[in-house]
Amino acid sequence: MSLWLTQHQQPLKLVIGRMRNNLMATLLMFCVIGVTLCLPAILYTVVDNLSRLTGGVESKPQISLFLKLDASNKTEIEAQLKKHADIASFEFVSKDDAWSKMQQDKNTADAAASLEKNPLPDAFYITPKKVSPDNMARLQEEMQKWDGVELAQVDANWVKRLDTILKLGKKAVFVLLVLLGFALITVIGNTIRLQIMTQREEIEVSKLIGATNPFIRRPFLYAGVLYGLGGGLAALLILTLVTLLFNFSVAEIADLYASNFRLHLPNGSSILVLLASATGLGWLGSYFAVNRTLAQFENL
Amino acid sequence: MIKFDQVSKRYPGNYETLKRISFEIEQGDLVFVTGASGAGKSTLLKLIAGLERPTSGTVLINSQNVSQLKAAAIPYLRRQFGLIFQDHKLLYDRNCYENVVLPLNINGIIGEDAAKRVRAALDKVGLLDKEKAMPITLSGGEQQRLAIARAVVSRPAFLIADEPTGNLDENYAAEILEFLYAFQQVGVTVIIASHEVPKHLPPEIASSIKVLHLQHGELV
Repeated sequence: MSLWLTQHQQPLKLVIGRMRNNLMATLLMFCVIGVTLCLPAILYTVVDNLSRLTGGVESKPQISLFLKLDASNKTEIEAQLKKHADIASFEFVSKDDAWSKMQQDKNTADAAASLEKNPLPDAFYITPKKVSPDNMARLQEEMQKWDGVELAQVDANWVKRLDTILKLGKKAVFVLLVLLGFALITVIGNTIRLQIMTQREEIEVSKLIGATNPFIRRPFLYAGVLYGLGGGLAALLILTLVTLLFNFSVAEIADLYASNFRLHLPNGSSILVLLASATGLGWLGSYFAVNRTLAQFENL
Repeated sequence: MIKFDQVSKRYPGNYETLKRISFEIEQGDLVFVTGASGAGKSTLLKLIAGLERPTSGTVLINSQNVSQLKAAAIPYLRRQFGLIFQDHKLLYDRNCYENVVLPLNINGIIGEDAAKRVRAALDKVGLLDKEKAMPITLSGGEQQRLAIARAVVSRPAFLIADEPTGNLDENYAAEILEFLYAFQQVGVTVIIASHEVPKHLPPEIASSIKVLHLQHGELV
């Protein structure tokens, strides 16, 4: 156990020492990785916040339930709505109320005057708890089958559209992440390869006096991991600053719509994902470089 | 114990560097491998230390057959040897202490344990006060002494020196050889390659040395 600890502690110390000696180069490397990683991270933040927006806007999508003109079971439907687990709230507008509103409203008064009697049905305006398109469609289908219901209508097509666009955005984040991840593996791998080249002599001497291959690999693998981690932290910093900067403008726009919508800062799990993927990419890059470059020393 | 039986070594596209060599070295021997340049001295030392494998024949080191060792076992074989090279092979971006501590680190020894042993080794070769100095600031003789300190710090059973005095003037050369003789006196097997057996051998070892003289890859 203590040997294992030594085997890992020692190269880690060595690598941190080397990084401190080349502080500028190390920080520059962190910046390169940070900037590259924060591109998909910013896009993700935008998409993620927009998808929260679909759930959080004030004019929530509703289901309009129009009853048949001769429906007599209004109270039963009301009781059913009250019991229903998926419904947050509902509002009843009787046909007389709707009719008088229509007559009073300037825009529709003329049309109302030309009608002989009230053509409007009783209606419930229902706000479901979950506004996801699937849920809305399911509720609508269910209510359409109820007795006395003429038409259950979802006025939420825009939710569907926005959702589709967001799915596209998520795909774009994924594609960008894969492409940039590949670029990062190459960049880190190349840096590690150069380090191996400059330490050629040391590797040769170590091999001569009995160093095992893992002993020689370890410092370079740790270097890759630390580059990744440092880059991830840099990306996090940039992302936070960008989000804060955006929020000035977002606040202005949101105020115009009387909304208090703001971009959220990255939360615990997204920080973890960002750092983990950065570290993973660093390890992968150095792993490839070490495998390819050290092979030439290994028949020594 | 080191035993060579009908050992040949041929490098790709080359003539045979060593031709059917057989000899035995006992624990605690002082051995000189002599011969002109290109006679195969370095190749012989490399075969002994597990840096090369024979093309044919068997090399036994402490009754382990080197040809049959797995690649992963080779590093552990090499740790039994302290190696001293003509060109020192010191690391010039590290100070003296860090150069000497390298074999210990490879063996997984660090911290205070390692520090004690490094200082003991530096003290033995008279470089204790140069601990923090960079190797490039040392004279040729001091660099070779530093190389000896690195070779002995992990207390190897065998000490192998490939022309350790080749680049040094006579005074320094005698000094280096005396360090090597001193290790033989405490039971280390010392194997030295050089053009010829040194002229002024101390009397207490002159009687106990073994000479392997190589000519065109053959023992004569």
